[in-house]
Amino acid sequence: MLKDITLGQYFPGKSAIHRLDPRTKLVILVLYIIALFMAVSWVSYGVMFLFLAVSVAISGVPLKSFVKGLKPLLFILVFTAILNIFFTAGETVLVSFLGATITLEGLVRAFFMLTRILMLVTGTFLLTYTTSPIALTDGLESLLGPLKKLRLPVHELSMMMCIALRFIPTLIEETDKIMSAQKARGVDFESGKLMQRVRALIPILVPLFISAFRRADELATAMECRCYQGGDGRTKMKLLRYKLLDFKAYGVGIITLTAVLVLRSFGL
Amino acid sequence: MAPILQVKNLSHIYSTGTPFEHKALDDVTFSVEPGEFIGIIGHTGSGKSTLMQHLNGLLKPTSGQILLDGKDIWSDKQLTRQARFRVGLVFQYPEYQLFEETVYKDIAFGPKNMGLSAEEIDRRVREAADFVGVAAEQLEVSPFDLSGGQKRRVAIAGVIAMEPEILILDEPTAGLDPAGREDILQNIDRYRKEKRATVMMVSHSMNDVARLTQRLMVMSDARLVMDGSPEEVFNHAQELLEMGLDIPALTRIFLELKKLGLDVAPVYTMQQAVESLTGLRGGDCHA
Repeated sequence: MLKDITLGQYFPGKSAIHRLDPRTKLVILVLYIIALFMAVSWVSYGVMFLFLAVSVAISGVPLKSFVKGLKPLLFILVFTAILNIFFTAGETVLVSFLGATITLEGLVRAFFMLTRILMLVTGTFLLTYTTSPIALTDGLESLLGPLKKLRLPVHELSMMMCIALRFIPTLIEETDKIMSAQKARGVDFESGKLMQRVRALIPILVPLFISAFRRADELATAMECRCYQGGDGRTKMKLLRYKLLDFKAYGVGIITLTAVLVLRSFGL
Repeated sequence: MAPILQVKNLSHIYSTGTPFEHKALDDVTFSVEPGEFIGIIGHTGSGKSTLMQHLNGLLKPTSGQILLDGKDIWSDKQLTRQARFRVGLVFQYPEYQLFEETVYKDIAFGPKNMGLSAEEIDRRVREAADFVGVAAEQLEVSPFDLSGGQKRRVAIAGVIAMEPEILILDEPTAGLDPAGREDILQNIDRYRKEKRATVMMVSHSMNDVARLTQRLMVMSDARLVMDGSPEEVFNHAQELLEMGLDIPALTRIFLELKKLGLDVAPVYTMQQAVESLTGLRGGDCHA
């Protein structure tokens, strides 16, 4: 069912990862991604994996939810694996048939690529699972703050992002409802030729768009009623403040990145 | 008469095997005779909507059976699809499902999916529009130009046009003004009488269900806790109140009268109230 989509869903909790400042988590995620692309060997991948595994364990978010979130990526993962297995030049030929060869180098490379994508996505999920959308956009706004000097509408951008994130579950629920209602009127999504299936989407998409516009309109009115005028002169109820925990997390993050860089310089 | 619909030991669990696991229906059993008007009451989250979506095969039972004319609707694919058409389901705020360019096309959507002939579709659209009080000249208007109450009528007509033997409605009058509410309820009752259809209606308005229905089912915490005539159910007024449900205004007044020491029977309709009060004065009533 559509409800099972967990993309970007927040799991409330009180773990150390939950309590970190959103800015800390965002910056560490960026460091983590850089490190992931710098990792070239089993050793450095091991370091990264350890970092991720410990973070996930601390967060207390059930592993199942990560697996569920990764499901939609299955196609990309398989595709990447096949590309890497068959199109990597190598010397140690393992199997050869019909003009295609599988080399040891290809397998290793495919494994690394898969691990990289999986770890990339899992890391990002960890951020969205442990950070509420509001905290996330607050953090982003604060991190991008300096760009205001360049006249970039940072507050407006983060508000837009916040609203978009907020409405994902609402729209999923709405889609679910509309689908049930149209099914009750005899729409068949599961069978028929491609064109029929595409046409079966119209009764879903039209009401969905109309309701999205209606919601946007209502939200805009509600915001104006509360005198929302964008970021100028707006203060925050919850000020972001770094705590000891954040500095520790920064420390761990920087050490991990440095470790991977050092390992890389040794060719590991 | 043989029951048209039977529900046997129906249970449904959402998101089995996840932390969000939640039992929405727990061992629900009942059967429905043709032509009945049944009210379903229960507070939010008591399992009413889940139950409704089982009756036309939108949701599959975790355990238990739904029999239509004695046949399990999940026993074969054809029967499941038939159940979609024989049991018409009107969701809450059905106007949000409108999508066609004209009212006519939107009402015709269901019958079209049933694969009926053009003439038959035309007949059904006009009849359904008439049932809900949508004028013939409104059929060529865009449904999005109508008022909220009119949209609701069109959406209900969209289901009625499929001529379901069992019509299930989830709070069909939510958010309408009193005149609109009354009108829609009367239209539904007229459909039931003329087509000899069964109607099941979820409602939070105890006054409406007390007046219209012949049978009430009360859901609480995923269970069917009461099933009987309005009289039987409202005799348990205290239990209903404890479940967080309302009781008809008249029943409430008469409960208070009884507390004040008046010898009145529990009532739920105006007719009964008048009888009970005239009885009190020894038939000597000048009202």
